[in-house]
Amino acid sequence: MNDTQLRALREAAADGIACDGLHVERTEDGYTFATPEATHEGLDEKAFDALAEENPWLVSNWYYWADANGASRAYRRWIERADELGVRERYEELVDGLSREWGQLLVTAELGEDGERVYELRHVDDADMEPDALALHDDLLDAREITTLDEDGQYRPLKTAPTLRRGWRFVSLDGRDLTRTVEFFYPATVANWSREREGDLDVTHFRATAERQTGIYDVVDELDAEGVGNIARACCVDSQCLKRREWDEDDETELDAPRGDGAFPCREPCSLVIAAARQWAILENEDSRTYEFELTPSEKAQLEEIVDAVAEDRTDEIREADVGDGANRYRARYLRAKRTDEDGRFETVGSSAGDSQ
Amino acid sequence: MPALVIAAHGSHLNPGSHDPAFAHADTIRAAGAFEEVREAFWKEEPSFREVLRTLDSEEVYVVPLFVSEGYFTEQVIPRELRLAGWDVADWNSEGTDADYVTLTAEDVDKTVHYCGPAGTHESMTDVIVQRAESVTGDPDVGEGVGLAVVGHGTKRNENSAKATEYHTERVRKTGRFEEVRALFMDEEPEVDDVTDYFESADVVVVPLFVADGYHTQEDIPEDMELTDDYREGYDVPTDVDGTRIWYAGAVGTEALMADVLLERAADAGADVGNALDLVRQRTGGTAAAGD
Repeated sequence: MNDTQLRALREAAADGIACDGLHVERTEDGYTFATPEATHEGLDEKAFDALAEENPWLVSNWYYWADANGASRAYRRWIERADELGVRERYEELVDGLSREWGQLLVTAELGEDGERVYELRHVDDADMEPDALALHDDLLDAREITTLDEDGQYRPLKTAPTLRRGWRFVSLDGRDLTRTVEFFYPATVANWSREREGDLDVTHFRATAERQTGIYDVVDELDAEGVGNIARACCVDSQCLKRREWDEDDETELDAPRGDGAFPCREPCSLVIAAARQWAILENEDSRTYEFELTPSEKAQLEEIVDAVAEDRTDEIREADVGDGANRYRARYLRAKRTDEDGRFETVGSSAGDSQ
Repeated sequence: MPALVIAAHGSHLNPGSHDPAFAHADTIRAAGAFEEVREAFWKEEPSFREVLRTLDSEEVYVVPLFVSEGYFTEQVIPRELRLAGWDVADWNSEGTDADYVTLTAEDVDKTVHYCGPAGTHESMTDVIVQRAESVTGDPDVGEGVGLAVVGHGTKRNENSAKATEYHTERVRKTGRFEEVRALFMDEEPEVDDVTDYFESADVVVVPLFVADGYHTQEDIPEDMELTDDYREGYDVPTDVDGTRIWYAGAVGTEALMADVLLERAADAGADVGNALDLVRQRTGGTAAAGD
């Protein structure tokens, strides 16, 4: 606690203070100074100051939070578990740092001078890395560049895809810059998380989002409920996006797909889902047909393995000579050579021959 | 203190699409005119739908980083921002006249000054000229030189052609260039035949596009025969049928574009202090340009 904080405490006492176990007020009978352990009433200024000096953490903690407001305040208090830990416990823990995972971000709060909080951000998988091994960024706008490409240099159109690259850290962020940086990594997540905590998250379900689309996305509302469920299963599970899906088909029809365990909610189908939904809405206009072509049981299993390997994005992991894996390149090339014509189409037999497109 | 939102298209496929929005936002941030400056996108995040809730400010200036009035400025952006009572008639525009309208965003209850697109502001003319200076490396470029302003054309949006013609006419009136013409990608006069439309030995070609991408980096260079294959690149200038073509790429990447965004907000009532002068100085524009 410093002199500025003590003066501010005296001034604020007139309006009354209640913050994390500290209660202070000034009445005609003098000051009241209450801690979680004891209440002192009828104090003169000297006695009041003495109590403040004896409880510097409570005072500096109040001072730190006095000016904070809105979603950023709620978020930062969540980071340091203000709802669970008393001020003394928190200050002791903050010396080494209190951390939370936020998507693939690891947010750590530490104690600065006179109760100030300073924050560090790094990738969760870099939690145990030596600080010097991580590139230090002092411009929070760098976060926009870090989020643009994944480790392999591929573009990340979805900020909350679980493909954030590693190897960087932001340090000594103040509260405002922490929230701004987090929101450069994961836009609007703090705002929507805060709304959800307040019971005020404005969820827009798929049907409503689809119906307001125009132009080339006008067709999206033609997709039926089963199609919407398949979209959620394809695009919105934790392996694809770290937001927790809160929208459904509509407010009466829940989708039978996992919502995810993410810390922050997804309140509406995003632009990627809508763009993909457009593709599926068009494709789903086709009717199913019966095709007849020959495969051995192993070849059928191989096709299933190929679909699974692409869907799970593991084609890069299949070793070149691992011909035991159905999605191995040589295996796929052999199947193509054996079962498809020169255009790469399966050669059909029987009544549906020639209808192989 | 109010916030500024730069509303751009963005891309699901091209990582460079957002670069102009980021660069101009950074220029404006550095000038300190707004407490908060945020980029928002149709195809990226934060989305138009959610950007307002990320801001502390209760008053927000929204400037579309689009080259013309049309589908995005008239339908998509106001709808996604949830601007209550939006009516395109309030802009009272013939295609290039939109200035601003003040409305409330329903989900966040914030005041939004929704501005016309950057591309139709009169100061955009200066950006086109500066783009010509940048690509030729000549701050006095003009004498004996032709300038082609290339627009998308009417197949997509008739206002696209209006914006192109508007700036073409404004540059022509300055008398700085030998010849000035509007050309288009998908209507006559077509950019493919650029050399047919100019007599000057040197022609600067400036596409009125926000970001470099498929059209400005692949289509137009191949259509003008600057290269047979865009992947092999092209020289600046390139000789095409005896005319030296100085191809500038998307005008929206020019640093002075930040000035246009700021002017839009200032026109809508934002107190930008000395930021306009700062931005012009830092982006190579001259004070009071375009007036």
